[in-house]
Amino acid sequence: MNPETTPLDKTRFDLQIIASWIEPGSRVLDLGCGHGDLLLMLKRHKQINGTGIELSEEKVGRCIERGLTVLQGDFSEEILDYPDHRFDCVVLSQTLQQVMNPKELIPELLRIGKRVIVSFPNFGHWQVRLQVLLTGQAPVTGQLPYEWYDTPNIRVISIKDFKQFLRMTGIKPVKEVAINSHHHDENGHIIKYLINLRATYGIMMLERSA
Amino acid sequence: MQQIKRLMEKASDKKNSTAPLRVKKQYFTFAEPPNEMILDSGARLGPITLAYETLGRLNADKSNAVVILHACSGDSHVAGYYGDDDPRPGWWENMVGPGKPVDTNRYFVICSNILGSCMGSTGPSSINPKTGRPYGFDFPMVTIRDMVRAQKHLIDHLGITRIMSMLGGSVGGMQVLRWCTDYPEMVVSAIPLATTTRHSAQAIAFDEVARQAIMADPDWQGGNYYDGPGPRHGLAVARMIGHITYLSDESMRNKFGRRLQNRSSLSFDFAGDFQVESYLRYQGAKFVERFDANSLLYITKASDYFDLEGDDGSALLDERLTAIRFMVISFSSDWLYPTYQSRALVSKLKKNGCDVSFCEIDAQWGHDAFLLPNKQLDSIISSFLNRIDHESRNNTAR
Repeated sequence: MNPETTPLDKTRFDLQIIASWIEPGSRVLDLGCGHGDLLLMLKRHKQINGTGIELSEEKVGRCIERGLTVLQGDFSEEILDYPDHRFDCVVLSQTLQQVMNPKELIPELLRIGKRVIVSFPNFGHWQVRLQVLLTGQAPVTGQLPYEWYDTPNIRVISIKDFKQFLRMTGIKPVKEVAINSHHHDENGHIIKYLINLRATYGIMMLERSA
Repeated sequence: MQQIKRLMEKASDKKNSTAPLRVKKQYFTFAEPPNEMILDSGARLGPITLAYETLGRLNADKSNAVVILHACSGDSHVAGYYGDDDPRPGWWENMVGPGKPVDTNRYFVICSNILGSCMGSTGPSSINPKTGRPYGFDFPMVTIRDMVRAQKHLIDHLGITRIMSMLGGSVGGMQVLRWCTDYPEMVVSAIPLATTTRHSAQAIAFDEVARQAIMADPDWQGGNYYDGPGPRHGLAVARMIGHITYLSDESMRNKFGRRLQNRSSLSFDFAGDFQVESYLRYQGAKFVERFDANSLLYITKASDYFDLEGDDGSALLDERLTAIRFMVISFSSDWLYPTYQSRALVSKLKKNGCDVSFCEIDAQWGHDAFLLPNKQLDSIISSFLNRIDHESRNNTAR
């Protein structure tokens, strides 16, 4: 699938939502940008000025092949160099659960970006809860497809946890959506009720308090 | 008739694609007295000749120029052949040429020999017009900035005001960065490869050992050796030292290990037992045939002096640099200019608000890796140039 030619409604559902929150022509930093799918899609549909940060040399090479600006490195360190307000929007898409120091990271992201969009798999989803309850084993689901020994996910977060974290750190979410979709599916829907139980992903937009 | 013409065109196309690329060394002389070029040291130098070669064609709006800056002992012969009997192509044949990553069907490539060298440009082995004899140690000290200053004269002479991309590795990368800091309005994009913003103590140390090897050779004669044999032994040793810094522990282990050269047991004398010894001796001897010892002294000194992080603040923190798009590349096993030095460069450019990409290519070949065939490097350079080319077109269209 080529994110440059794919229509917006045929891209991953969570990315569709992120794209809808990003203003055309804005400066976007994508942390853990992988092969650059999101940046390429935003470049095409929103004419953004994008930068990605990615650890893997192979993925960085692919991003460059696709004409993107990308830095190879660990984003927790790479972001420290940027001046204040360098970006209009910083995206942390499905990577929060792999971050070593979220408590330091998120305020730092709000320093370099006016807005921060965070999306993460919801560990509070009923399937996860049920698996733990019934099997007594670490859960493996479509959103959390790893075994305990090979998972890159070092943080267990639910939507409820993250909102509590925001209250504790004094950061206000200006937009939030909980969705139910499969990992790579373009179809999905927004969950309005019992979100911590029913949503597979949480997506929030954070802003600096003035 | 039309058909015949088309067939003939097709045939000649075919011929072009297989025929070796022909290039010609050209010369540009400027700074004739009394308008000598003033160097960083304050000395005046002139006339100055730069040897250069061009490949491909400059387009109508002069927007497709790619300038390649060579490393320490390189020359203007970046790619192609001088003639039918030329046994070897230029030094970056795998990177530059028709259909290559730096595609001469699309870009106009310029490569000039650096000031202070001995491969056609003015340097210590050139004739001093005041004495009619080679300059020797009367040649003034030149810096990387002086080299770039001289290149600027050449680019002006060629009528080019905007350079689509500046590309160079090692000491060539230093020139790329100097171009960016000194003539930012002329540089659209820059690809500093396997380079640094300043020499580390370790890099200076190796250069100094190389210089001492030359200067300790009795045939060096205080730099005025052009009537005699010259410091052949010292220069060979200097090159051997240089070569060690271009390799890596891993590549030497794989290439030579402890294998013996043309023998099955140790010789118990100093004739040379190991393959690595034989390799270094060969490289040293080969270098003596083509390079001037004084040039090596001057160029290594220039690279030791190079420092973009001087006492009066970093030259890279300059808002005029923000319009330049950068692609910084390092190699994992390069211990002469390790990745942390490229990262320091990237960090400065980020603080500056530049559009900068960075990739550390995993390669075992040490510093030399930037010159060796590498698919990842090829892909990065061709894609980046392609992107810059497209962005420039879109900008002019707008």
